[in-house]
Amino acid sequence: MTHMLDKIVTLWPEVALLVGACVCLAVGLSPRAGTRLLCAWVAGLSLVAAGGLLAFGVGQADQGLAAAAGTGMTGFVKAAIVGVGLLLLLVAASVPSELERDAPGGLVDGDGKFDPGSVMRGEFFAFFLFSLAGAMLCAGANDLVWLFLALELTSLPTYVLVATSRDRADAQESAVKYFFLGAMAAAVFLYGFTLIYGSTGLTNFDAIRAYVAAFADSGEPLAPLLRTGLILAILGVSFKIAAVPMHFYAADVYQGAATPVTAMLAFVPKTAGFVSLILLLSLVQPAGAEATRAVTWLLCLMAALTMTVGNVLGLLQHNVKRVLAYSSIAHSGYILVGLVGFTEAGSTALGNGTAAVLFYLVAYGLATVGAFAVLGCIGSRGDEAQTYDDLAGLGRRHPVLGAAMLISVLSLLGLPPMIGFIGKIYLFGSAIDRGYTLLVIIAVLNSAVSAVYYLRIAAACYFRDPAAETVSLAVPWRRAGAVLAAISALVLGVAGGRLVDAAHVATAGQAQAVAHVSSVAP
Amino acid sequence: MQLSMLIPMMVVLPLLSGAALLLLPSGGKAIKAHALIGTLATLGVSLLVVCRFDWSESQAIQMASAIGWVEGFGLSFGFGIDAISLWLVLLTTVLMPLVVLGSFSSVTHRFKEFYGWLMVLEAAMIGTFVATDLIFFYICFEFTLVPLYLLIGVFGGTQRLRAAKMFFLYTFTGSMLTFAGVLYVAWFNTTLPWTLFEGAGRWTFDIRTLYGSAQAMSHGQQVWVLIALLSGFAVKVPLFPVHTWLPLAHTEAPTSGSVILAGVLLKLGTYGLLRFALPMTPWAVVTIGPYIGAFAVAGILYTALICWVQKDIKKLIAYSSVSHLGFCVLGMFALNSVGVGGSILYMINHGLSTGALFLCVGMIYERMHTREMSRMGGLARIMPVWAFFMVFFCMASVGLPGLNGFVGEFLTLMGAFVATDVLGPAYAAIAGVGMILGAIYVLYMVGRVVFGPVVTLGPSLGDPSDGHGVRTDDLNWREIGVLSPLAVGCLWLGLFPTTVLQTLEAPIEGIIEPTRSILDGGVYGKGVTIDSDSERIDRDSDFPAARRVLVLFDTDRIAQP
Repeated sequence: MTHMLDKIVTLWPEVALLVGACVCLAVGLSPRAGTRLLCAWVAGLSLVAAGGLLAFGVGQADQGLAAAAGTGMTGFVKAAIVGVGLLLLLVAASVPSELERDAPGGLVDGDGKFDPGSVMRGEFFAFFLFSLAGAMLCAGANDLVWLFLALELTSLPTYVLVATSRDRADAQESAVKYFFLGAMAAAVFLYGFTLIYGSTGLTNFDAIRAYVAAFADSGEPLAPLLRTGLILAILGVSFKIAAVPMHFYAADVYQGAATPVTAMLAFVPKTAGFVSLILLLSLVQPAGAEATRAVTWLLCLMAALTMTVGNVLGLLQHNVKRVLAYSSIAHSGYILVGLVGFTEAGSTALGNGTAAVLFYLVAYGLATVGAFAVLGCIGSRGDEAQTYDDLAGLGRRHPVLGAAMLISVLSLLGLPPMIGFIGKIYLFGSAIDRGYTLLVIIAVLNSAVSAVYYLRIAAACYFRDPAAETVSLAVPWRRAGAVLAAISALVLGVAGGRLVDAAHVATAGQAQAVAHVSSVAP
Repeated sequence: MQLSMLIPMMVVLPLLSGAALLLLPSGGKAIKAHALIGTLATLGVSLLVVCRFDWSESQAIQMASAIGWVEGFGLSFGFGIDAISLWLVLLTTVLMPLVVLGSFSSVTHRFKEFYGWLMVLEAAMIGTFVATDLIFFYICFEFTLVPLYLLIGVFGGTQRLRAAKMFFLYTFTGSMLTFAGVLYVAWFNTTLPWTLFEGAGRWTFDIRTLYGSAQAMSHGQQVWVLIALLSGFAVKVPLFPVHTWLPLAHTEAPTSGSVILAGVLLKLGTYGLLRFALPMTPWAVVTIGPYIGAFAVAGILYTALICWVQKDIKKLIAYSSVSHLGFCVLGMFALNSVGVGGSILYMINHGLSTGALFLCVGMIYERMHTREMSRMGGLARIMPVWAFFMVFFCMASVGLPGLNGFVGEFLTLMGAFVATDVLGPAYAAIAGVGMILGAIYVLYMVGRVVFGPVVTLGPSLGDPSDGHGVRTDDLNWREIGVLSPLAVGCLWLGLFPTTVLQTLEAPIEGIIEPTRSILDGGVYGKGVTIDSDSERIDRDSDFPAARRVLVLFDTDRIAQP
């Protein structure tokens, strides 16, 4: 059991974000819009500071603290969150306070009504940073209580962000839906955690792994209580990643929230959820494949159902935000494919499912943020762009934005040479390596189905004539974010070798840590 | 400059000149000139490759090299070229400048997009033929979808949206299954003992290594892999009954798109079958081959009958493509050097003659604004030059002796006829009926459009392009310049097919060696025996007690750069 102070030493990047969040809260109180504008810069600075701390190894666990940091993947996940976090900040930093000239019907109402979507607000950036810090804390969790608190720190700010993102009934509705379902999910996985504690008497991950390893050595099967607890925890966390059976909220919430917030919802809670899943599954990894068969079956079933439900329902949508929401659900299904082989730590790079999950989270994050960012750059009829019609002719009117949208959807589709393709090689290769060929066939067929709605987006951008009522919003930072995300998706696809290696090294460290714990089991 | 840099130059050059297009002013002239120069430069590089290619070692992968990509997966941008690849690359680089030249008058808006995507498409097609890494191949194979999707969708006919969508979805679905199959083969390689052959026992996507890997599979596994490969490649070919995307895509595509589609893209499918299905899964090919042959024959007859009743001249040529590619597949699955040689020759021939036919039809569409055969006729009297080329390419397509189509058709049928261990005379005889039907529908079309009473009705009422007015001027010098090289090619291949065929002999021997050794000896392979005690092998119950594995390609036969 490590002392709390030892742990805090590893948390400097998170501390940087929390300090930034508090500064944002204070600065955001200013009545002057010019001063409030500083909030975005403060948030950016604290993210850059966190990135710098990560890059220079401050807050990285040294040898003695490897166990305290939990796992080797922490650094990778934190870096990914900071990187995509910066993109998300770019997307959120510009508020559409002005419209391009001669726009029929503006976003800002003339009667001076308060519209939160078009005002620079301090609390937005504060909650944004809180949520990112929570996701980073998840990656460093080594205790059930810690994990629970970190997951809640990730989620609670997002409820507020959704509710205050727009002056629309939709936003309120989706926030309430999101909050109550999120609370229920939290209750489910907390219940799971308590059962794990009840079965083992432990909350520390290393101790639980050692306990499980000791049982596995004595040849006894996994305790039913522990298994039940784990399954409940997995089902609860599946809310965060929007996987079947906890996916219902996603489309409504994504649609209701303002587009920058939606982009964040699609990445941050999902990353936290998958990191938690990896950690939870690592608890029973020492028990071996035979004892965890039920868990494996559950994951297979969830993966197959999630991607099928996501893609089939995605076909039926007319609202692009809902389409991307279902695409996000489907991607959770693909990513789950990487987790089914969790019982064996992969030795070869392509056989390493956990590394594939980490890599794909980055790939998915870049492409999804890119797509939402492009969507956020267009307005229609005094509202956000939402339908296929609003995207019509984008490729002609704004060639750069159109290209960014095209690259993003093609990367989501997994078309080479975008990063999504390497991600799919990684995920599906690891699953085939573990013998789940049927699951991979289901996954590739699902990819083919998803092509229908991704192509609809591409076709709207390129084949149709521009619609008269769409206007482009004056959001330079958001445009920059969209372009940056698309360029990253393309460049990292062609030159993704280093990122793949990084993911592999990160999880190889984890495998070692687990093996280490198993070998010193009492 | 290093010799091995020629091939990447061939891929990167069109890509770069496509990107450079974005910097040009949006006026039409500069862009057209730039595109023409870019494609001609690529042709120049490919001719340089032809000069430096060692024809005495035509089966060896020459000028091979690899650029690292994702080392962890064993992925690299590996490339190299043998005689089969070289001829198909040459077909691509020769067709592209002609396509660009042919599009000067037919494309009237969004020049940058059009010529830019055309160049990207060329890069992807060349990449497909020179890849020696399976994933690199797959990337180029898949990426051809995007430029053509946009070309059809933006510049196509009235039903272009539906055609573009159908084209993309159909081929993408098939190739996703191929992707799963590729991953499976690569994974299987990691389960083999590393002593078996060089490269075994680790993740790699090197094509030659994976030949050995897939050949070591049990029959059941090979059948699944073959089905996975077929689902991607047969759709691309397209083989009956998965050909239904083609007529629409061909008809709705702009002329340039149709020419590239017929000339090169369909060959990606047959090239995939030849390069991967035959050497990788020989055991499955031998048992499944007759069924594939039957589908090919059914496709030949079925689509030939459909051609007979077409009213749309472009659709007729599109369907005739399906019929012709049936011969190509039939010859390939005869699994003898005659049949496979004919099949490769057929790929080149079909690229030249059908590409030229689409160009001819495009030229008439620019003048008449219609593709309905009932609204044109007797054009030989008013457009004699066009009529000459049209009849010439129709004859080449039908298989008139002396022109190229005849050689390919004859060789594929003879290959099928003598391959009594796989296909046999019955297949050849029934497919021969397809030849007769082919003559009927093409002559019927020529009789109506080229000869007979003059009809120049133009578009029917209500056609959106109505009002442009019908022109009946004959071909200008640019158009003659587009068609003449193709005509020369057809004539040359018809009179001297051996120049191509003799360079193909050695690589074909290499490709059909595994299937031949199964057919001839009944014994599978001649190489190393896998130790049946090895636990990695034992985990598949499908394996026989002792397996013999053929190691096809010695690494020393691959020319070092």
